[in-house]
Amino acid sequence: MSPDVSPDESPGGSGARRGDGSSGAASAADGRVRVFLVDDHHLFLSGVRAELGDSVDVIGDADEVAAAIELIGERLPDVVLVDVHMPDGGGRAVIEAIGRTHPEVRFLALSVSDAAEDVIGVIRAGARGYVTKTISGPELTGAIRRVADGDAVFSPRLAGFVLDAFAADPERRGDMVPSFDPELDQITPREREVLRLIARGYAYKEVARELSISIKTVESHVSAVLRKLQLSSRHQLTRWATERRLL
Amino acid sequence: MSARIGVDVNVVRILFVVLAIGGGAGLTLYVLAWLVFPREGATTSIGRRVLGDRRTVGLALAFGSALVVVLLVLAALGLGFAGNLLWPVSMAVCGLVLVWRGADEEERAFLHELVGQAPLLGSTTHGTRRATVLRVAVGTFLACAGLGGLVASRNPAGNIVAMVIAANVVIVGFLVVFGPWWLRLARDLSLERRERVRTEERAAMAATVHDSVLQTLALIQRAAGDQGEVTRLARAQERELRAWLFEGRPPGSFDESAVATVTQAVSVIERDVEADHRVAVDTVTVGDCPLTDGLRALLSAAREATVNAAKWSGASTVSLFVEVESTRVSVFVRDRGKGFDPDAVDRDRQGIAESIRARVARHGGSAVVRSVPGQGTEVELVMPTTQDRM
Repeated sequence: MSPDVSPDESPGGSGARRGDGSSGAASAADGRVRVFLVDDHHLFLSGVRAELGDSVDVIGDADEVAAAIELIGERLPDVVLVDVHMPDGGGRAVIEAIGRTHPEVRFLALSVSDAAEDVIGVIRAGARGYVTKTISGPELTGAIRRVADGDAVFSPRLAGFVLDAFAADPERRGDMVPSFDPELDQITPREREVLRLIARGYAYKEVARELSISIKTVESHVSAVLRKLQLSSRHQLTRWATERRLL
Repeated sequence: MSARIGVDVNVVRILFVVLAIGGGAGLTLYVLAWLVFPREGATTSIGRRVLGDRRTVGLALAFGSALVVVLLVLAALGLGFAGNLLWPVSMAVCGLVLVWRGADEEERAFLHELVGQAPLLGSTTHGTRRATVLRVAVGTFLACAGLGGLVASRNPAGNIVAMVIAANVVIVGFLVVFGPWWLRLARDLSLERRERVRTEERAAMAATVHDSVLQTLALIQRAAGDQGEVTRLARAQERELRAWLFEGRPPGSFDESAVATVTQAVSVIERDVEADHRVAVDTVTVGDCPLTDGLRALLSAAREATVNAAKWSGASTVSLFVEVESTRVSVFVRDRGKGFDPDAVDRDRQGIAESIRARVARHGGSAVVRSVPGQGTEVELVMPTTQDRM
């Protein structure tokens, strides 16, 4: 799947209709990505602000779900960094609410939790990526840029989860009902290869080199997997995530 | 219920009312039918559930035997009157308890509503003084009338029906007076029990957090100047806390000998290497299966490769990826450290690579080491299996 990004270059026009341009990395006046932070830990909010520094344009933050939904709707950032665990529904509630009214706002989920349930939950709610809070400043900036460009951000762990959930061996999902949409319910061998390399700790650039393909191709593979993860109707996926927690 | 038989609800009700007026047997029949037939949508009836619940049956048996003993004693003392009173009372109580235990949530709510609708018993919800006074008055009157009836019916012996009616009146009288109070008592009891469980849980939680998290935070403050040590402490604590929160394993309870699956073995490698060397080990495992000799060899080679990366690469993070497939288990250990030229390594590092290779080769596996100076090293270990995945 090629992400439906058509960078709005036309000045005024459609850009004005959607606020001050909300797709593509080059939307802020000086070319920086406009970022909004949502986290109920103030310590963490200020830490992320400091780490991001001038690499992006932090246009605001919120420490609760309701305020976040209101402010994001008002300011229309390019990317929202959202914490998974918050009172009143957590990051999911924010992603789902904004997704209904402003589908052009992109989300990158950020959490200390590596539980499959949480990770798969926010991705299915609509986040374009998931990183853990231990991520370094430059890596976080890179991930934000990637999400702003409409691509997906897969951490090694998320890649591992997908490999596990979309297991290749048929006998492992013996109790699975026949899928309605084979295209959404399976990942291709090539996508599997890409995910495996990401799980092994390869950056997109290194994956591209290893498989002798372009970075763009890697990105489109990952975006395709993200789409399947979000749209696949296999109830298997949810159950897998819940069961994994009980192991 | 009528849906079950296929007759209109009202027809059934009228039939029962007529029967009830006719001989009183209708009422009993109706209650019996209510017990035996499943509610619409439910698959089992209250009666079946009561019989299916071992504890209830046990309770009934215990109570029944106790009752028999009491009756025998009373009879021996010549107190037939008390015995006559005890019979209907205990039967009614038993019946109520059984029905209550057998009812499911929805039916309980229905019973509750039923009780609440009766103007006299509803006083718990309305709670007015007048209602209470009225309730006590009516209840006392009923109880007295019933008792009077009982005494009266004893003289012309044999009038069983009159006696049963009188006994029922007594029971209703007691219920009217004490019913709401019993309900409240039962509710308070269960509330109290829940509160106690919660308090105990909180205490256990506080103890765990104190023993692990607070201790680690103290250590981190003391080692504030030493970045590597702080990271190591934080990682160790994080791992412990995760195991506790998400896997239900209390901190410090990890039993080495209980390691039986690939995932567990990998988490032991992660923990040990992080504790001994100042690196973060990012592990990702896909699938799981029980350990075999071959897999033990594979994982001990993986451990050696991870330790190697931690010791020599100079990288702060080592990635460990383990995938269990139906025919093989693969391990990748990767670092972004200084790397080396595989063709021109010094003897001891060659030796390490050899020992890793030999370990897996003994069980039919293979090992490949790839390294580029300046870009890091990756060790790939593969072990074929015939094991089923979990």
